[in-house]
Amino acid sequence: MTPIITKIVGTAVPIMGNDIDTDRIIPARFLKEITFEQMGEYLFADARFESDGTPKDHPLNTESFKTATIMVVGRNFGCGSSREHAPQSIKRYGIRAIIGESFSEIFAGNCTSIGVPTATASESTIQALQECITAHPTTVITIDLDTREVSAGDRKFPIALPDSRRHSFVTGTWDSAALLLSNLDKVRHTANQLPYITGFNN
Amino acid sequence: MSKHTLYDTVWDSHRVATLPSGQDQLLIGLHLIHEVTTPQAFAALREKGLTVAFPHRTFATMDHIIPTDTIARPYKDSQAESMAQALEHNVAEYGIPFFGPSSQKQGIVHVVGPELGITQPGMTIACGDSHTSTHGAFGSLAFGIGTTEVQHVLETQSLALSRLKVRRITFDGPLPQGTYAKDVILKIIQTLGVKGGIGYAYEFGGTTFEAMSMEERMTVCNMSIEGGARIGYINPDETTYAYIKGRPYAPSDENWDKAVAYWNSIKSTDQSEYDDVVHFNAADLEPMVTWGITPGQSVSINQSIPTLQDISESDRKTTEDAYAYMKITPGQPIKGLKVNVVFIGSCTNSRISDLREAARILEGKTVQSTVQTIVVPGSQQVKAQAEAEGLDRIFQAAGAQWRNAGCSMCLAMNPDQLIGDQVCASTSNRNFMGRQGSPTGRTLLMSPAMAAAAAITGCVTDVRDMILELGEKS
Repeated sequence: MTPIITKIVGTAVPIMGNDIDTDRIIPARFLKEITFEQMGEYLFADARFESDGTPKDHPLNTESFKTATIMVVGRNFGCGSSREHAPQSIKRYGIRAIIGESFSEIFAGNCTSIGVPTATASESTIQALQECITAHPTTVITIDLDTREVSAGDRKFPIALPDSRRHSFVTGTWDSAALLLSNLDKVRHTANQLPYITGFNN
Repeated sequence: MSKHTLYDTVWDSHRVATLPSGQDQLLIGLHLIHEVTTPQAFAALREKGLTVAFPHRTFATMDHIIPTDTIARPYKDSQAESMAQALEHNVAEYGIPFFGPSSQKQGIVHVVGPELGITQPGMTIACGDSHTSTHGAFGSLAFGIGTTEVQHVLETQSLALSRLKVRRITFDGPLPQGTYAKDVILKIIQTLGVKGGIGYAYEFGGTTFEAMSMEERMTVCNMSIEGGARIGYINPDETTYAYIKGRPYAPSDENWDKAVAYWNSIKSTDQSEYDDVVHFNAADLEPMVTWGITPGQSVSINQSIPTLQDISESDRKTTEDAYAYMKITPGQPIKGLKVNVVFIGSCTNSRISDLREAARILEGKTVQSTVQTIVVPGSQQVKAQAEAEGLDRIFQAAGAQWRNAGCSMCLAMNPDQLIGDQVCASTSNRNFMGRQGSPTGRTLLMSPAMAAAAAITGCVTDVRDMILELGEKS
C-alpha cells in the first residue's frame, strides 16, 4: 500500500499557456543522470534561467510562489516525450498535485504512478483559479478527490479525474506494482494463450 | 465505445485481470528498452529484491546518448558513458537480449525492432519512449510508458491501463508528387490538433495508407503521439507480411501460415464500430512545414505563417509564444525562410527509403556552404544498406556529413546539437522550444526530400520544383 491521497491543501502557482511539453518541463540534457534524485533542481530550467544562470520572469522564480504545492496549468500539459523525469522534477520540487484543463495521457499516467494527482477542470475554472492565485498568491487551495471539488478561498469549482485514478489515490493503490505482481500466475496463463508468445507452435 | 476493432481484439486477448480500480491489467507481449529511461527501473527492481519476470520478452539497444561521429569507448561525455555502462550491466545481469554497437544491429529502438522482425502484428508493445507508437504500423498496440511503468513490465510483464477510445482516420487517394507520409501525418495533426488524440487510439485506414510501404506507415504511426494519441495503428495486410517474412525474428517458414492466419484474425472488419471517424483526401495534400513550437503549427509550402486573426482565442498564447521564440513575422511566407542546419534522421525518417529520397534530391548537387547538413541513419543495418547502394557517397559528394546510427539531433542528448538560435530543417518529430539542444534553437519539421531541398538552397524550398527538374532531365 502506498499512502492514501484524498485531500491536497496548499498554495498554488500558475503556469500559463497551453501545450507545455515535457522537454520544456525538463530539457533532455538533464536526462543523462542515472537517478531521479536531482530532478527537482531542473524543473523548467530553460524557461526559468538564461544560459548564464540569470533568472527570467517565471512564476517559479517569484518569491510569493516559492512555497506553492499545487500547480495550475492549461491545456495538453505534459505533451510530448514520455520522460518520467518531468513528473519526477515536479514532485521533487515540492508540487503535490496539478490542476489543468487537460493532460497528455502518458504524463498523467506517470504522475499517477508516483502519487501526484492530475485533476482536470473547465477552461473557465482554470482561468478563474489562475487569476485568483496571481492576484492573491497566499490563497489556500484545497483539492478534494472525495467530493471532486477544488476550493480557492470561499469559491468552489468542480474537478474531474478518471474513476480508476481517483480510486487508486483514495485507496492508496496508486503504485500498482504489488497488485500486478500478485497476478503473476494469471500473466503467465494469458501469455500461454498468445500464439506469438508460444511461437505459433500450437 | 468501439467494438470489434483490432484495438479491441488485441486488448481483449492480452487482458490478464480487471483491477479493483476498474483498470485492466494488460500483458505486454514485447518490451523494448534503451539506456535513458531504464536505469532507475533496474535500480528499483534490485532494491526490492525482484527479478525480470520474462527476460526474453524484453529487447535492448542504445540510441539516445550514443555519439554519431565515433563509437569509440569510453565516450567523451562521462554521463553518456556511465549511462551506457548501466545498460550493459543491467542487460548482462538479467539475461536480456541486447543489440549494442558491436552487434552491427544497434540503432534507434523503433528502427531496430521492425527491421529484425521482432515487431509483429497483434502484439502489445511498450517502451519508455513516446514514439513507441511507431510499431503500430504493423497492427500492434504500441505505446510509450514512463520509468515506473518500465519497472512494472520488468517485474510482471504487465501494466495497469485504461482502455482508450478508437478514432478511425481515413486518407484516400494517391499521394501527389513531392508529398510523403510525413506530410500526411503533419496534415492530420494540423487538422485535429496536438491535443485532439488525447484519450484515443488512432486507426489509420483508406487507400493512401494501403498503398504505403511499411516504412511510410511507420512514419505516420510514429507521430500519432504528436497529435496526442498514445497509440496509432494500421491493420496488417500483405505489405506487412511481405516486410516481416524472412527477418531474423520472424516466424519460421513452417509456422508462417499459422502466423498469417492469426494476424488476419485480429484485423478490424466491416463490422467494426468506432468512437469517431475522420476523413481526408490526399489530392489536396502539399508539402508541409512547421513554423512554430508545436507539431500542429504547420503550413503547406505555399502558405504564409498564420496571423492572430486566423487563430482561435484559446490558441492565442501558444501562437504569440511561437512568433517570439521562432523570431518570425505573422503573414510572412514560409518559403524562403533561411536555415543554418539540416538534420536528416530520427525514428520518424531515418530508414532506407527516407535516405534514398533525400539522396535522389541531393545527387549531383551541393549543399550551401553555410548550411551544416548531417545525415544520420536509423540503425547500423540501415547504414550498411545505404553504403551498399552508394548513398553515403552521394551525401558526402554533396557536402553533407554521413554519421553513425542514433537519435542524434532529434533530441540532442549526444554531441549533435544546435548552437544559439540556429534554424534547423529537420526530418524529426518535435519542434518544441529547446528540443534540438540549444535553449534558443529553432526547428522546422518537414519530409526528408524537403530537408534535402533546403540544404541545397539554404532556405525552405518547394521540393516539387526540384523533382520536376529531375523529371525533365531523365
